[in-house]
Amino acid sequence: MEWFNALLADNRIFTPDTLGYYWEGLVTTTQLVFLSLLVGLVLAVPLSILRGSKHKWIKLPIYTYTYVFRGTPLLIQLYIIYYGVVFFDGIQETFLWPMLREAFYPALIAFTLNTAAYTTEIFHGAIKSTARGEIEAARAYGMSPGLTMRRIILPSAFRRALPAYGNEVIFMLHASAIASVVTLMDITGAARFVYARYYAPFEAFLFAAAIYLCLTFAILFFFRHLEKRLLAHLRPQSG
Amino acid sequence: MKKLLTVSILGLAIAAGSAHARDYDHVRFGVDVPYEPMEYRTPEGELTGFDIDLGNALCEEIGITCEWIEQEWDGIIPGLLSRNYDAIMSSMTINDERRETVLFSEPYITPPSAWFAPADSDLEETTEETLEGKTIGVQRGTLQDNYVTDMYGDVASVSRYSTADDMVLDMQAQRLDIVFLDFPVGKSTLLDSESRDYKVVGETITEPKEYFGDGFGIAFRPRDEALADRFNEALATLQEDGTYDEIFERYFGEE
Amino acid sequence: MLDLHGYGPRLLEGAGVTIQLAVLSLILAIVLGLLTASAKMSRSWLLHKVATLYTTVIRGVPDLVLMMLLFFGGQMALNVLTDIIYDRYGVDWYVNLNAFAAGVLTIGFIFGAYMGETFRGAFMAVDHGQIEAGKAYGMTPWLVFRRIRFPLMMRHALPGLSNNWMVLLKTTALVSVIGLTDMVRVAAEASRATHEPFTFLLPVAAIYLLIASISEWLFAYLQKRYNVGFGEH
Repeated sequence: MEWFNALLADNRIFTPDTLGYYWEGLVTTTQLVFLSLLVGLVLAVPLSILRGSKHKWIKLPIYTYTYVFRGTPLLIQLYIIYYGVVFFDGIQETFLWPMLREAFYPALIAFTLNTAAYTTEIFHGAIKSTARGEIEAARAYGMSPGLTMRRIILPSAFRRALPAYGNEVIFMLHASAIASVVTLMDITGAARFVYARYYAPFEAFLFAAAIYLCLTFAILFFFRHLEKRLLAHLRPQSG
Repeated sequence: MKKLLTVSILGLAIAAGSAHARDYDHVRFGVDVPYEPMEYRTPEGELTGFDIDLGNALCEEIGITCEWIEQEWDGIIPGLLSRNYDAIMSSMTINDERRETVLFSEPYITPPSAWFAPADSDLEETTEETLEGKTIGVQRGTLQDNYVTDMYGDVASVSRYSTADDMVLDMQAQRLDIVFLDFPVGKSTLLDSESRDYKVVGETITEPKEYFGDGFGIAFRPRDEALADRFNEALATLQEDGTYDEIFERYFGEE
Repeated sequence: MLDLHGYGPRLLEGAGVTIQLAVLSLILAIVLGLLTASAKMSRSWLLHKVATLYTTVIRGVPDLVLMMLLFFGGQMALNVLTDIIYDRYGVDWYVNLNAFAAGVLTIGFIFGAYMGETFRGAFMAVDHGQIEAGKAYGMTPWLVFRRIRFPLMMRHALPGLSNNWMVLLKTTALVSVIGLTDMVRVAAEASRATHEPFTFLLPVAAIYLLIASISEWLFAYLQKRYNVGFGEH
């Protein structure tokens, strides 16, 4: 700790206090991104299957949902949800209010709906590109459509979707920076606070950028590793 | 010999500096909008408020033209230093921290800060005990932010906003338990609003000086002393001839 | 009918800002992207490293953080520079980095990195035999680029380009946070003032969807044009 204090002694910006803000910011960002990705993923699996349905009345609403959420800026979605929930009459008296009152949950809802829309399309694309032969083989074995979906189509589609989904995870991490707009003290929120208090843009934002860069590399590394394990069968055999 | 050289170089440097010092006939003010009633826009987009009217009157008195450039609060001092505008007239409190970077005029108004809460709130005073677990709203980078962060940052959660409008909206939405801001702004946006009833919690606050400074001043770049002097003279004139009182009445008079 | 409480004209103006910002940033991004792709494919070790650093760092940091860094920090850096000039030479020269310019520069700079990757992939996909053929005809390198490499490359680059444009368009919304009055900012300001968020935010969302749909259609048309001669079946 000696060297750490010595390191901090010379500057007025990176005090234990401000580093504490960055740490809290890191925790908030991680929670927000992890939870929205998790819930988004859970929503996206059934949606992506139904998205490929033959019935117009199932397919169309899901397509509209993904089109709207992928076609508009996340910032607008966040504003609509954050400011919008307040204008449902009497929302303040319901059991939901203690959650919606905090900026965290409206942001979580916006992020979840957004990532679910992108993930649905990624999975839908992967399911659609399943080799006909695999499905026919499953049929020939007498598998029911449900079983074919569960045992054959989904596992292979998930593997094929992995690189694109990795990009979506990084995209979500970066997109979460707008949480500071609705008062959340995420990493960017901490940086804005430090900047406004000390008029030190370089220190404040470069430090935040470095944290995001590390997180991005960690995610990249994780997905590379996963791809190597799960997609081994797709690599050229001769190597 | 060496001494002579130093003196003449010094003389040269001063000459070069003054020869190029700018004589302003047009001044651009940086202002953070909205901050009712100090500076705000009508729905048609017209800029108005106490600062705006006083600023325009000062320019007229000096005999120069002026222009208003909108800038969000957290970038307002950097914007001045980078010459996006020549002065800041935007409810900026004069304090030592800011004196290190900018040059202030004489204070032109000295409003206190105050706590505002819904009228039915059980908050009657502001101490570490009563504020524990509450959500406090402030505008990011203001002296109120610094004060609340340092005094209550450990016991309460502090929500920071880019504009006072965001904060008032969240107050009306009941996302905030209490807000801390300049008294005239709170009066205009909360006490006088029709949507809900609000009250001032405890006394208005002007101490300690290290946070609350010496009233609002116009901020200039440190080198523009001549310009600051012209504004100080004009301010004294307006305060004497009644123009100042007239503008004051317009925004703070009891109707 | 939709009552915009007098904010209509400003909202329209904001939409104009959004479109100008997006188009100018796109042009800058394409230029930077072509440069980056060339640098990455060049034999120079240094150029390759610089381009790789650029694309890696940009794609690893959120747009909003980069935007704030460049907008607030860029101003600070310019101040230091102009202050030195003032102290040394007594010249009061200054550069105004307004929010619009900062927005175009930052978004262009960010998407230049993404475009670089798109163009690199596309250039590499061009059949080398065609370039050889051009050379054999005695074409100059510039002519080979203009007549053969660029059009062939565009065929491969278009899907990526269209994707980047869609993301770029949505990224422009972030400039409202650093203080530029685009349509998102006007809408947010209006919804706070009138307490009717849906009245302003939903139409703005619809404008984004409209621009996205028009672009989609336009890119489909371009794709068809650049595919001429490749026998689409």
